[in-house]
Amino acid sequence: MSPILFWILTILMLSFGASVVINRNPVASALSLVASFLCLASLFVGLDAFFIGVIQVLVYAGAVMVLFLFIIMLLDLKAENRRHFNKGALAGGALVTVGFVSQFLRVLESFKAGSKPFPALGAARIEDVRSVGNALFTDFTLPFQVVGVLVLVATIGVIVLSRRELK
Amino acid sequence: MAYTVRRPNLTFWEKLYIPNIIAGLLITLKHLKKMLNGETKVIMQYPEEKWDSQLPEYYRGAPTLVKDDHDRERCVSCQLCEFICPPRAITITPGELTSESKFAKVEKAPKEFLIDMTRCIYCGLCEEVCPEQAIYLRKDYAITGENRAEMVHDKVKLYELGGVMHGLVHKWNPDK
Amino acid sequence: MDFFSTLPLELMAASVAKTLFLVFLVVLPLVSYTVYAERRVSALIQDRLGPNRTGFPTSLLGFQKDLQLFLGGLGQPVADAMKFMLKEEFTPGHVNHFYFWLAPVLAMVPALSTLAVIPFGNFMFGHKMVVADVNVGILYVFAIASIGVYGIVIAGWASNSKYPFLGGIRASSQMISYELSLGLSAVPVLLIIGNLNLSDAIQYQVNNGWLLLPFTDGKLTAREMLLWIPLMISFVVFTISMFAETNRLPFDLPESETELVAGYHTEYSAMKFALFFLGEYAAMIAGSSLIVVLFLGGWHLPLLPINDIESSMTLSGSILGLVHITTFFAKVACILIFFIWVRWTLPRFRFDQLMKLGWLYLFEIALVNIFITAGILAATK
Repeated sequence: MSPILFWILTILMLSFGASVVINRNPVASALSLVASFLCLASLFVGLDAFFIGVIQVLVYAGAVMVLFLFIIMLLDLKAENRRHFNKGALAGGALVTVGFVSQFLRVLESFKAGSKPFPALGAARIEDVRSVGNALFTDFTLPFQVVGVLVLVATIGVIVLSRRELK
Repeated sequence: MAYTVRRPNLTFWEKLYIPNIIAGLLITLKHLKKMLNGETKVIMQYPEEKWDSQLPEYYRGAPTLVKDDHDRERCVSCQLCEFICPPRAITITPGELTSESKFAKVEKAPKEFLIDMTRCIYCGLCEEVCPEQAIYLRKDYAITGENRAEMVHDKVKLYELGGVMHGLVHKWNPDK
Repeated sequence: MDFFSTLPLELMAASVAKTLFLVFLVVLPLVSYTVYAERRVSALIQDRLGPNRTGFPTSLLGFQKDLQLFLGGLGQPVADAMKFMLKEEFTPGHVNHFYFWLAPVLAMVPALSTLAVIPFGNFMFGHKMVVADVNVGILYVFAIASIGVYGIVIAGWASNSKYPFLGGIRASSQMISYELSLGLSAVPVLLIIGNLNLSDAIQYQVNNGWLLLPFTDGKLTAREMLLWIPLMISFVVFTISMFAETNRLPFDLPESETELVAGYHTEYSAMKFALFFLGEYAAMIAGSSLIVVLFLGGWHLPLLPINDIESSMTLSGSILGLVHITTFFAKVACILIFFIWVRWTLPRFRFDQLMKLGWLYLFEIALVNIFITAGILAATK
């Protein structure tokens, strides 16, 4: 991927990510998150990982965030706008961020393999869907099934909880 | 009081919906085909063909002013129509009859009578309220103009559209 | 391998040319004439005539009369476009301005972007007639189509009034629900083809007969007969879900004019409204193209020779390429007419019926259909 494109997309992605936090309007935050996801997806596409990029859009931007937006739109936004910053929470958040970033930088520093450029892939069409599928159903069958069961349990749990609230 | 509506018990075939949808599609297709073949004829090509000859007696077209058999203005500028007009389309400037007229001491006549046709809603209240039977809704319906000023009918235009009304009108006529 | 930096200039120019051709010479005219067809067909179905007068205004150029082509009224889309552009662009005072302006764009862009992976022809001048021949073609279409809901939702929310808001809410829940059955009903097709690439899907149908009409290659094997059943089901479910995804009647709950004034675009006027309108029809075209590609053999016409990358440089090859492109859009037009026909036949669903249909019937049918297909494929391997 050309470095110019990479930097443009990265800066866009990060600024949209920042605006998720900074925006006072929840709808604006949610939409910024969508835009951030789209930039991330284009980064994946730029790395020839079409499948991951498309799934990123399909699942997160297309389904999860629509549901988020759906809920946010039903909220009382005026009350949200009136809320003030809690200084303690702000300081705590900043502390966590600084801690995470410094950890991340330490890890990056010690991870020598990451500094080498990735070897170029062949020019042929990459069957990424096929390879993801193969990996899932051969090497990682058990984890895949377990995750599936976990998601099922979560779904049933949500239904049970929401049922109880109705009564 | 709430009451329950009995829903018909549908058979499986009806519950499938798709056969009925196809039947519906065929009906609309039949209409489309008849239209394309020119078998259906329910349409009037408006600007070329008009319905004017079949307009009923009570048709409410453009409001106009009328004169009586002796070419006198019937309107006495009492301004009742101006007051009753729901969209306030009518503006009357009251005036006197000229002194040479033998009715000058008896009656009055409007100096100017304006009906804004961009406002008029053709409700006929002015005709209803007029004690002198001077304002009538005639059968003109295609009132057009190229600007707003043109759409304001003045006295000359109103008499031109209205023409002469003979004798008594229906509402005072005991026979009708 | 670098994706953007290694593209040769010629390929890039070809992509730009294909995009321009597709968007400005095919899809936008097709959109405006679909609107015209909609008005005309609806009128004919309802025993009226519809817009049959607007010719091309040759009288402006000094001719005696306007040019009236065979049916008359073919100038109507041009007149419509002029009207949309010249009308007052009115923004109500109570709206959220930024999102109010953003929403029409968001409605239009995804609809056009989905066309990028649709193979609308075979070869022309040594280039494959698809803007982006990616391996995840159909997933890309679903992904971008799912982005399309944002335009409607934001329009409903930013308008800051109740009817658009209800429209936006309805649109989001409807589109999320039907995306499931849409995606799942496409899976049997993908199982049979064994690939997500849409060009390969057409190539498979060229070799083995169209999926919905497996006899188009001249032979009908027992396996094709067996697979025909799930494919029929898949086609029906896919088409119904496509109706719901594109907010067409009988599923036009987001803009149901008898309940919600005009739904999510109540507050919009002039070109902003036109963008919603165009977006809706462009989404229809994208959906129809997908149906054509997946079930009806794309650009392939039986008995017609097929050009390849070399022969497309010659005159006869390029004529053949043009025929392929025409075939594709003719098929799309047929599906569009079907969309219109259904719209003017069926009444609207109630919202709970819509949800019930989506979640309790189409979703299950599509799911079971996958297993049937997989079973047949495994048994006849």
